[in-house]
Amino acid sequence: MTALRIEGLHHVYPDGHRALDGVDLHVREGERVAVLGPNGAGKTTLMLHFAGLLTATEGTVHVGDTPVAKKTLPEIRRRVGIVFQSPDDQLFMPTVADDVGFGPANLGLRGTDLADRVAAALADVGLTDLADRPPHHLSVGQQRRAALAGVLAMRPDIVVCDEPSANLDPASRRDLARILHATAPTLMLVTHDLPYALQLCERAVILDAGRVAADGPTAEILADTALLERHRLELPFGFSLATALEALRP
Amino acid sequence: MSLADGLYRPGDTPVHRLRPQVKIVALVAFTCAVAATPREAVWAFGVYALLLAGLFALARVPAPWVLTRSLVESPFLLLALAFPFMVAGPEIRIGALTASTTGLWAGWNLLAKATLGVWAALLLSATTPVAGVLAGLSRLRCPEILLQITAFAVRYAHLTVAEVTQMRLARLARCDDPRLLWQAGALARSLGVVFIRSFERGERVWQAMAARGYTGRLPLEVGPAPAPALQWTAALAAPALAAAIALWTTVAP
Repeated sequence: MTALRIEGLHHVYPDGHRALDGVDLHVREGERVAVLGPNGAGKTTLMLHFAGLLTATEGTVHVGDTPVAKKTLPEIRRRVGIVFQSPDDQLFMPTVADDVGFGPANLGLRGTDLADRVAAALADVGLTDLADRPPHHLSVGQQRRAALAGVLAMRPDIVVCDEPSANLDPASRRDLARILHATAPTLMLVTHDLPYALQLCERAVILDAGRVAADGPTAEILADTALLERHRLELPFGFSLATALEALRP
Repeated sequence: MSLADGLYRPGDTPVHRLRPQVKIVALVAFTCAVAATPREAVWAFGVYALLLAGLFALARVPAPWVLTRSLVESPFLLLALAFPFMVAGPEIRIGALTASTTGLWAGWNLLAKATLGVWAALLLSATTPVAGVLAGLSRLRCPEILLQITAFAVRYAHLTVAEVTQMRLARLARCDDPRLLWQAGALARSLGVVFIRSFERGERVWQAMAARGYTGRLPLEVGPAPAPALQWTAALAAPALAAAIALWTTVAP
């Protein structure tokens, strides 16, 4: 079953900047796909199209069999959960629990149903103890997990994360990877953190200048140094792909 | 502690344990009773002050904390001090100065009522977190649009302040000296930048909200539980006493 189908997607911003220039992408249910690309490649623009937060200049986006259109937006936004790059942009309610409850409450849940949803999502990300804290009192790692809980509480089919590893210390980075592994049904990881993409996703897509420049198994894409270089990507200094693949072997 | 926490002092006293909506109603009722008390009943204001002092003690809020936070009313105090010399009326001599008795009474009226009002508000904010105040207001059916605006202001004010502080440090690190007049332009420009950034942040916040199904209504009823009758009785005891005194001083000759 197809989870996400993007065909001939173009996006031109009002100032004339062409951010997406004909993107085609099919994602199957249960797949974990990393969207890689240098700064300004159009990754975030593409991500905003998954939930109909931008209107396509040309082309279509389908979530499952449902096209992204004005009247399908409530369903689309329930099925696609986006974790934004800056938790400060996403966490805005007075307490963590209220914020996690924001999405499900928008879906019409109330009372114990809502409380159960919130409790389950907080347990998934290990933040049960911090439910009543104001979000701005949490560490960046905890904020990122709270933002993920807010998305998981909506029981989405696809979880989309924008640069989830940005500004995280190594331990928070590992915690988040473990949680994403355990909870996300279909995962789209928008990032230029290549080791993180390798750790979490079996498939990778390189986006550059608004087009899909490469699409294949993450390990193969990261092994192609010339390809990475052409698209202003590179593995961190001292990183050994062979050692990483060995560590990932079950 | 940051701006978004307001003046809250964490604690577990009987005053802290009262539900926010109960405390808000008690605050409003108490303030009305104080305002309705005739200014000539000087002893009544003494009783009100003692009542508040007792509640501050019960909530374990130290007096110096209350007094420094009370400085917020200093503009009113200046006005109260000016009244005796500005208002016309029968005059009396105080040392080398001549003051009008009407003005003295007006000044006293403003001073006493404003101070008591500020203290009562401080008691609420010291014992209730901002989130609690919002939830209490929501419970009391405060118009939702006002709650939304307040919730956002509280949430994002501290981010904006942090941004301004960081930009200031970054300017200082590059040898900016805001005391020099010709460098004031840098300050003005960075305030402009903060405005644009806040505006753009607003758009990102909206996108993040829309992605979670927001269609214009905040589900703020995720608020506090209803308050038991005992809490209402306990919290309204102080304003009830104040109202009785106000009534007594108004009716009694």
